[in-house]
Amino acid sequence: MSAELEALGAKISGALLGAVTEVKVAYGELTLTVVRDRWLEVAAHLRDSPDCLFVCFIDVTAADYPQRAERFEVVAHLLSPKYNRRIRIKTPASEETPVASLVTLYPGADWFERETYDLFGVIFSGHPDLRRIMTDYGFDGHPLRKDFPMTGFVEVRYDDEQKRVVYEPVRLSQEYRNFDFLSPWEGVHYDLPGDEKASK
Amino acid sequence: MNDQTPAPAKPESQGLRNFNINFGPQHPAAHGVLRLILELDGEVVERVDPHVGFLHRGTEKLMESRTYLQNVPYFDRLDYCAPMNQEHAFCLAIERLLGVDVPRRGQLIRVLYAEIGRLLSHLLNVTSQAMDVGALTPPLWGYEEREKLMVFYERASGARMHANYFRPGGVARDLPDQLVEDIGAFCDPFLKVVEDLDELFIGNRIFKQRNVDIGVISLEDAWKWGFSGVMVRGSGAAWDLRKAQPYECYEEMEFDIPVGKHGDCYDRAVIRMEEMRQSTSIMKQCVEKLMRAENRGPVMAPNHKITPPSRGEMKRSMEALIHHFKLFTEGFHVPQGEVYAAVEAPKGEFGVYLVSDGGDKPYRCKIRAPGFAHLSAMDFLCKNHMLADVSAILGSLDIVFGEVDR
Repeated sequence: MSAELEALGAKISGALLGAVTEVKVAYGELTLTVVRDRWLEVAAHLRDSPDCLFVCFIDVTAADYPQRAERFEVVAHLLSPKYNRRIRIKTPASEETPVASLVTLYPGADWFERETYDLFGVIFSGHPDLRRIMTDYGFDGHPLRKDFPMTGFVEVRYDDEQKRVVYEPVRLSQEYRNFDFLSPWEGVHYDLPGDEKASK
Repeated sequence: MNDQTPAPAKPESQGLRNFNINFGPQHPAAHGVLRLILELDGEVVERVDPHVGFLHRGTEKLMESRTYLQNVPYFDRLDYCAPMNQEHAFCLAIERLLGVDVPRRGQLIRVLYAEIGRLLSHLLNVTSQAMDVGALTPPLWGYEEREKLMVFYERASGARMHANYFRPGGVARDLPDQLVEDIGAFCDPFLKVVEDLDELFIGNRIFKQRNVDIGVISLEDAWKWGFSGVMVRGSGAAWDLRKAQPYECYEEMEFDIPVGKHGDCYDRAVIRMEEMRQSTSIMKQCVEKLMRAENRGPVMAPNHKITPPSRGEMKRSMEALIHHFKLFTEGFHVPQGEVYAAVEAPKGEFGVYLVSDGGDKPYRCKIRAPGFAHLSAMDFLCKNHMLADVSAILGSLDIVFGEVDR
């Protein structure tokens, strides 16, 4: 299974010289990391090449890694019903650098890209209608970014005097309590303040 | 003033313009909180602009600050017509990252309840599709059966809808024998009800007039638009994740995949009816297997780093007590990596793209809802149909706003 996927990955990166920077098979899934400028070209190849035929569009989304130079990772999932195979392609992007929209290849990508734009602020060039989709009319900010607080910035309530719904800054009667249950001995490694002295 | 009267305008420019109407967000045929902005030319729909997000709760954001176990109940609240099928996808994703196997009895119970979920969802959808085109009786008949199925949910998990029953590593608790027997006893009479529903409206002249050749989509378009489940089977693909990429013990279950020919609303309704019969057959097979002595045993993986120990163990064993405490405070750690796990939910392919950084909370969890992809094709499907067809198409898309808006 994984040898077959690796062979497919090598074949695709061989056919598109320089477009695929990394081929990875993990948990029985094939992931290709793609140069951003050739995003559309790779997707077109995956859809039309006779040994790929990833004709079914599954998903476009992103993940935010604020510590990276290009903080977003745009991720697309495709499915080939003929070969019964899935593939994941991803490409880095930042707030300013647009990623080519897949709408011309897969019309179903329309809303998924709108959602990614809405929640992360990733810009898709060539998208016919890049509006917000999930958040409120007139919403400000991109909620799935890691620097956006979970409790948000504004809350709504019905104002009896003005006879309409008004927006106000969030007032929490109790601060959101993010308990740190992480064991310092296992799992993700993080430095407690002062720990850096010990390793010096 | 100018004494020259302007030349009479030509009829087509005489202020004739397309008419815009607002459909929803509080329309009974909108299946929840959907706002459609319809551009009409007479009674013909020229353009549809669906506005979604009225039920957006930011599930994906909330999940990033809760442990894996605390996140399971959020999945009940996505497609609340078939809650356990959603939990299933999330549990499969976690299990893939952890490399945990579900014990056999746990798998059988999962399959049984996933099929109950399919019945719940299809019963609601097919009958409310009939209501969208004018029939009032079918939903009442459907709700009667749904009520019985919800009682099975309640008897297994304690909750009628928001079950939180599937857990990473298995299911929350074992089923009592009486419940398994009762589910077995439900199956055959239910097939009779499906028969009755079939006679009640599937063959009905008005139902056919309203649904045949409405909302037709070719298979090629269906793939491109990201359709899945009944929406591609209606267009002629024998594609079902339970057969194509089997998970749990679906491999050993015997069932058929109903496939449509025309890709219209009517085919999709007929497929859902047939899927209910197939699901009932799977349920019968599960019940029969669950009653066998060799299939008794644990329903959760025995690894207590991931699954809670029993109350009895906790009373005697210090280690079990520590495991329990750690599990419900810190939660378990999931190895670094990313997976996409999909199940054949009643509405189509429900997928979870899970990114873990090695901690006890998901770094990123994207929920791929089938209804979202289906609804995005609303403009494509409704173009050049009549206004009355919009609600028929909407009914056959099988959308639930819990999962579309997330």
